[in-house]
Amino acid sequence: MRKNAICPSRRAAALALSLVVAIPAAALASKKAPRPATEDDALIVIVHALNRLGYGPRPGDVERVRAIGLDEWIDEQLHPDRIPDPALAAHLASLRTIRLSTGDLLAHYEVPREAKKEIQARRAELGDGASEEQMREAQRELMQKYRDRMDGTPQEVVQELQSAKILRAVYSERQLDEVMADFWMNHFNVFAGKGPVKFMVGEYERDVVRPHAWGKFEDLLRATAESPAMLFYLDNWLSADPNAPSFNDRGARSAFGRRPFVPRPAGEPARKRGLNENYAREIMELHTLGVDGGYTQKDVTEVARCFTGWTMRNPRQSQPQFLFDERIHDRGDKVVLGHRIRSGGKNEGDEVIHLLATHPSTARFLSYKLARRFVADEPPKALVDRAAETFRKTAGDIRAVVKTIVASPEFASPAARAAKVKTPFEFVVSAARASGAEVDDARALAGRVAAMGMPLYLQQPPTGYKDTADAWVSTSGLLARLNLALDLAAGKVRGVSADPSRPVSAQTLGSPEFQRR
Amino acid sequence: MLTRRIFLKSTGLALVSFGVAPKVLLRTAYAEGSRRRKTLVVVFQRGACDGLNVVVPHGEEAYRRLRPTIAIPAPGGGREAALDLDGFFGLHPALEPLLPLWKEGSLAAVQAVGSPDATRSHFDAQDFMESGTPGRKATEDGWLNRLVQSRPDSEATPFRAVAMTPTLPRILSGRAPAVAMANIRDFDLRGGGDGLAARGFEQMYETATQDLLHGTGQETFEAMQFLKKSDPGRYQPAAGVEYPRGRYGDSLKQVAQLLKADVGVEVAFTDVGGWDHHAAEGGVQGQLAARLREFGQALAAFRRDLGDRMQDVVLVTMTEFGRTVRENGNRGTDHGHASFALVLGGDVRGGRVHGRWPGLAPDKLYEGRDLAITTDFRDVLGEVLARHLGARDLSRVFPGYAVSSTRFPGVMRA
Repeated sequence: MRKNAICPSRRAAALALSLVVAIPAAALASKKAPRPATEDDALIVIVHALNRLGYGPRPGDVERVRAIGLDEWIDEQLHPDRIPDPALAAHLASLRTIRLSTGDLLAHYEVPREAKKEIQARRAELGDGASEEQMREAQRELMQKYRDRMDGTPQEVVQELQSAKILRAVYSERQLDEVMADFWMNHFNVFAGKGPVKFMVGEYERDVVRPHAWGKFEDLLRATAESPAMLFYLDNWLSADPNAPSFNDRGARSAFGRRPFVPRPAGEPARKRGLNENYAREIMELHTLGVDGGYTQKDVTEVARCFTGWTMRNPRQSQPQFLFDERIHDRGDKVVLGHRIRSGGKNEGDEVIHLLATHPSTARFLSYKLARRFVADEPPKALVDRAAETFRKTAGDIRAVVKTIVASPEFASPAARAAKVKTPFEFVVSAARASGAEVDDARALAGRVAAMGMPLYLQQPPTGYKDTADAWVSTSGLLARLNLALDLAAGKVRGVSADPSRPVSAQTLGSPEFQRR
Repeated sequence: MLTRRIFLKSTGLALVSFGVAPKVLLRTAYAEGSRRRKTLVVVFQRGACDGLNVVVPHGEEAYRRLRPTIAIPAPGGGREAALDLDGFFGLHPALEPLLPLWKEGSLAAVQAVGSPDATRSHFDAQDFMESGTPGRKATEDGWLNRLVQSRPDSEATPFRAVAMTPTLPRILSGRAPAVAMANIRDFDLRGGGDGLAARGFEQMYETATQDLLHGTGQETFEAMQFLKKSDPGRYQPAAGVEYPRGRYGDSLKQVAQLLKADVGVEVAFTDVGGWDHHAAEGGVQGQLAARLREFGQALAAFRRDLGDRMQDVVLVTMTEFGRTVRENGNRGTDHGHASFALVLGGDVRGGRVHGRWPGLAPDKLYEGRDLAITTDFRDVLGEVLARHLGARDLSRVFPGYAVSSTRFPGVMRA
């Protein structure tokens, strides 16, 4: 008799008891021995799909998917616009800032310039001798004075972004859509902690990333390239031909608006701007070709020259907007990855984007990353090859590539089951879902995710967060997970009320199985 | 004091993986006549810190010429200028709290240090510095972990290798057990580590399949119980010592607590971000100055807090690469090549800038734009490992690199 062939009724009971929130280890032990499909297998396959295409099952999800049919459910998830999602809006209703434009946020949530000046003056007055405590006290007093002119604080804007992300992942029926939005936001990472980016991220996710999450990769890439959030985060808005006229000249100034971001010390002469390579490097290394995609330092500089003049209007006031400014554009010809790019203003950047989006390295790099997200930390090469083939054939159709991956035998293979360790975000959301809890206020959950090393929208480096087990398995990380399991089961997480009719045990949420997806 | 399991695990590991260690090697790690260990603390400045504005070559004309708005003026201008170190180099004035350490001889700098790989990618360069194998991406573990692996120790505690970070960093990942924690206080289970829930979890992870989670689970429960017994939280900073607020200052403060509690720390790691100044880097004042103020205050507080214990400690800083010699068009600097390292500790040959200065003349620059590397970062680390910790097997720590004392920069008293 096989080792794992324990009494079938006990197995069924174990599955039912754990609310089918994770794949039991006993079921994984059968990886190698093919055996006839059973009722349990059907359940396990559904849990696998719910874990990978979404943030894990809620009570009742497995039964629902079984009723619809797994293939039908997957097809539905691949077309999120066909899925009604009526309940989500109610959960997001209390978040005031998530529907506002960057301009509105800047106008009503940014600390007024006078306040900043006054705080600075006060700090100078206190001098170097003042303690941090005194400084903070002074700042708090001054903020009180300006507080009634503001609808809220910059911190609230970030908190609501984080809450919305968690609530969507917990409640949206469009689970795969949430996974894809998260994937692309991480791929095209921006850091809400950098200057005004915190006011731009909401719009970036809502109007730039999500609308293209299922479309052509090239469109997504171009949309991010022209977005104020990316222009600011990777400094391209500042990049200029070193031989262009000074930006402190009157003409240039009226086009750019005022620039408190780069203060000019008194008495210092107006100076020229120059080339900034930051975006040029990351668009190749992180957004398209991958670090081994076959570009050189020379290519980085050439791409930076092509993107000179890709800047924006009003980064810190009213509504920031993409602007091509030909006065700071480098008009020379360029050579990128062996292709000659003729002097052509904004077209040069567009040509670079097309070149990168259709490059074979890009097809491969993105297929690898997507396969890593959906299948395994080290995805099977054959699958990556097929996905890259789809990418090339469909000119970068994201839906087609994802479909190739999730409809593959590699995805369905027992070897893929529970092969991924959940990131902190995935763990916290899946725990909330599994417990069937009502989340009225997601801030405490967001705090838990941050304490586990993954503060949402606050990853500083452009690499985004890692998607592999080695990054997230640590002693303190595990303790934080076990503590959340205990607190959720005991109903001790602020803003989250457990469902008393369907108690889920801390032992389930804290189990090794539940750390995997 | 040690639980049976820790003992068995450590010795088991030693016997299975590394063979039996000669006793003499183990002994070198302990200070004379004391149970205290020699300790190495590594601080990683993530984001590529601009070494030229930290250990400022004020004696070099090209430095000022290439950095018209962000150069630190040569000493002589009071607080608005570099703090002279040796007539040629000076410290950024925001690092004033480090000056007493320099003068007492516990703090040294190495200029033009780096990883020889040409990458200007933060991700790759950090990865190479943490794996200790520049240019080789397939290396699975970090060099700090391999250091621990290479020195089997039957008396090791769960806190032999500690990262004060929420997740285990690349530098410490590998087969040797290591603990990561954002905060000592949080390193406990709700309801106490010896409660019913803890025992339930412990059992589950004990019987879990032999994988990453299983091993981590075991380490977690052992470390939690051990920490409870030694209670490092009761060691508050020495009188008059004030760490800067924030995660970085907190992490050094807690490393000091762990050392004072004698929990057996041999290697400790922390990191501090915010050094990627492509725009508005500033000179004497500005963004870099603000980061350096916090950076220096924390190091100075750490040294004062530890007092005599600093005799057994060496702290070394690293950063993935330096920044362009020429400032860019946005009063900042782009990704460059060589940067700097600070070395602080009892047996450090302090009060001097080590390493050969390559100069900033056009033909001396790396790829025509960046400070050239004259000291491989593995030679700085190699010297500290050999002369402070008594490490012998450096070829295991830095595979593929022949660490040789002839290339040591001389930061440690031999």
